[in-house]
Amino acid sequence: MRRSSPACYSILVTTMVTTMVVLSAVSIPAFAQNPPAGSVVAEAQALMQQGQQSQALEKVDRALAANPRDRQARFLKGVILTELNKLDEAAAVFVKLTQDAPELPEPYNNLAVIYAQQKQYDKAKAALEMAIRTNPSYAVAHENLGDLYAKMAREAYDKALQTDSSNANAQAKLNLLRELTAAPAKPPVPAAPTRQVTIAAAPAPAPVRSEPPKPAQPVQAAIASSAAKPPAPAIAPAAPAAVAATSAQAQSSKSAASSSAAAAPAEEGKSAVRSAVLAWASAWSNKNAREYLSYYAKDFQVPDRKSRKDWEEERTQRVTKPGNIKVSVAELEIHVNGDHATARFKQHYDSANFNSASGKTLELTQRNGHWQIVQERIGR
Amino acid sequence: MKKTLNSIFLSRSQRIVACVALALSAKAGAPNAIIAGVSDAGPDATINLIMRDIDHNQLDIALTRTDNLLRIYPNFRLAHLIRGDLLLARSQALTGFGNATNAPAERVNDLREEAIARLKGYRSRPTTNTVPRYLLQLRDDQNYAIVVDTKQSRLYVYRNEKGRPVFVADWYVSQGKAGAEKTREGDLKTPIGVYQVTGILPGEKIGDYYGKRAFPLNYPNEWDRMQGRNGHGIWLHGVPSDTFARPPKASEGCVVLANQDLDTLGTYLQIGVTPIIISDGVEWLSLDDWQTQRQSLDKEIENWRADWESRDTDRYLSHYSSRFRAGNLNLASWGRQKRDVNASKAWVKVSVRNLSVLRNPGKEEMVMVSFDQDYRSNNVNNVSTKRQYWIKEDGRWKIIYEGST
Repeated sequence: MRRSSPACYSILVTTMVTTMVVLSAVSIPAFAQNPPAGSVVAEAQALMQQGQQSQALEKVDRALAANPRDRQARFLKGVILTELNKLDEAAAVFVKLTQDAPELPEPYNNLAVIYAQQKQYDKAKAALEMAIRTNPSYAVAHENLGDLYAKMAREAYDKALQTDSSNANAQAKLNLLRELTAAPAKPPVPAAPTRQVTIAAAPAPAPVRSEPPKPAQPVQAAIASSAAKPPAPAIAPAAPAAVAATSAQAQSSKSAASSSAAAAPAEEGKSAVRSAVLAWASAWSNKNAREYLSYYAKDFQVPDRKSRKDWEEERTQRVTKPGNIKVSVAELEIHVNGDHATARFKQHYDSANFNSASGKTLELTQRNGHWQIVQERIGR
Repeated sequence: MKKTLNSIFLSRSQRIVACVALALSAKAGAPNAIIAGVSDAGPDATINLIMRDIDHNQLDIALTRTDNLLRIYPNFRLAHLIRGDLLLARSQALTGFGNATNAPAERVNDLREEAIARLKGYRSRPTTNTVPRYLLQLRDDQNYAIVVDTKQSRLYVYRNEKGRPVFVADWYVSQGKAGAEKTREGDLKTPIGVYQVTGILPGEKIGDYYGKRAFPLNYPNEWDRMQGRNGHGIWLHGVPSDTFARPPKASEGCVVLANQDLDTLGTYLQIGVTPIIISDGVEWLSLDDWQTQRQSLDKEIENWRADWESRDTDRYLSHYSSRFRAGNLNLASWGRQKRDVNASKAWVKVSVRNLSVLRNPGKEEMVMVSFDQDYRSNNVNNVSTKRQYWIKEDGRWKIIYEGST
């Protein structure tokens, strides 16, 4: 199921929204220097999230009239244009951004999203490789690269087998629209705190990868975008973490940094965490969605700006999809720090139509004697 | 001198590929590079290299090679499938050949069969010091001989160098859906035997499905008819213009080649002349063994000729099988006729020229012999082209069929 294009497309789209948030964090200094423009940008962003793209575009154009060099505004304009399907215009905006700010991975990433939509796969690949070059641990770009390869593979298979998956692509376009119109009705917050927490709470810049994924090995990114997996938190340890920390950290009400004090890792704590992780994998394998979901804490960081309800529905649907699922856990490493634990392992996922092996990190907390997942990340 | 010209001519198809490759790479903005990693020895050599890269876990090199192979052969579905796998390998673990989800299993299987056939065929190419045992003696005007191996899904082209076959080229081919050894109309099998092409059917007449042209074979030949085999319309033909190759077992009995290979083959074929031998598993002989077999048959033919000249009818008839047939005649009536003729002769001179000796690849040990016969006697002279089928009977070569063409 996962390898059908809708999932790819929706990932690409959510990625765009996500990267925008990251960028807003990155470019906070611009906010500070230019508060009026910044607030207009924030309004534009809010409008965009409500699906009012034209109004958002007007707003962002107004911001750009005041400050044509505002990177955040320019980036947002690119995103809005993309959502308006003005792909060439959007690409031009991002191209210009990559020239003016070659150190930012996000414009490259979004450029790649556009190129991929235009089926210019070689250009998309080059753009993603640039994104990764600017930031080797930029997980989104790795995920997208994995998806891009999957799309290219799909096309190659179509040619090889005289099949036609363009129907799936048409569905993907529909999905794309739904994704946008169903944007959260929540009051939009500039730089959604949960996301910033993701950055802040990310384990020390453990380099997920310092070079583009090597072929032959199952690439972690593939799973991130896998519809057969829990959607990955869109942001893995990002290099501009320092910037993020200084900027949005302040708003973050639940910084995980609180538990930074080293606590004696109790062996029994470890074993309880181990049981919880294995039970979680087993519930998944047994396609017991209810039990599976019970391993997620109430304050689990739902990825991709979904509501908890939507996420649960999606997970239930995927966990209970037809056919055998086998999830197994290998090389499990557990660190316990008081009521908080980190479990890193290699996750093998086998189903009728999708197999993968990837690194996975679960952050868990202990509540009432039960270890529950508060965050799920791709990569170890 | 002739040899040099020939070898230049023969490598032409390969050089064409190299030129196309150059042109394409120039177009793609890589003016200095020949298309990287693509062998000029044809697609199978490159597929073989790609498989080697994959074995060595050099998937990036394999992918580049595959991309470039597809620039030369954009409709090569097998290469597209391998490309899909190599791309997918960058984002997930592969589970085998052809990882496309929801892929029509039959088509994946067809391409898998094609890959196996191409690799097997390529890897077991004949060495230069072996020849197919069928080509015992080629006539001077038979510039080339074609040998098709249905077991290997392969066609081999041989050049006639003073009667000795010299390997020229080999290509992947498809055969009948039901395999080889055709016996009946509609059995979807490819015939096994010694044939020639009887003409050229232009593309306009046959439709795109069969490629740009087709060469009908003379199946069923006399031997096939004697064995009670029937059917018709067995051709050598190409593939639809949007297709590079078809699965190993795809036709209704025809031998199917890639269009470019059929084009090249067309430059070798002489209508009614070039022997086309279809075998279900070619047997290869060392040059020494080939020489021995050829000499022993030459000797038998010479004995037959000398015994005919001697007018000793019994010695002459000793070369004929008890199962001999020639039109309405069997051995007894044939013998009576020859006895009557010989009785009327004061002298007979028989000469044999332009001898062609081709072993039939079927289960029976049978050799097709043809020659220009110049018969002179005190009262009748006659020149004709004769065809004989010799079989091994009780350890001796004997004639089972004789006729003039």
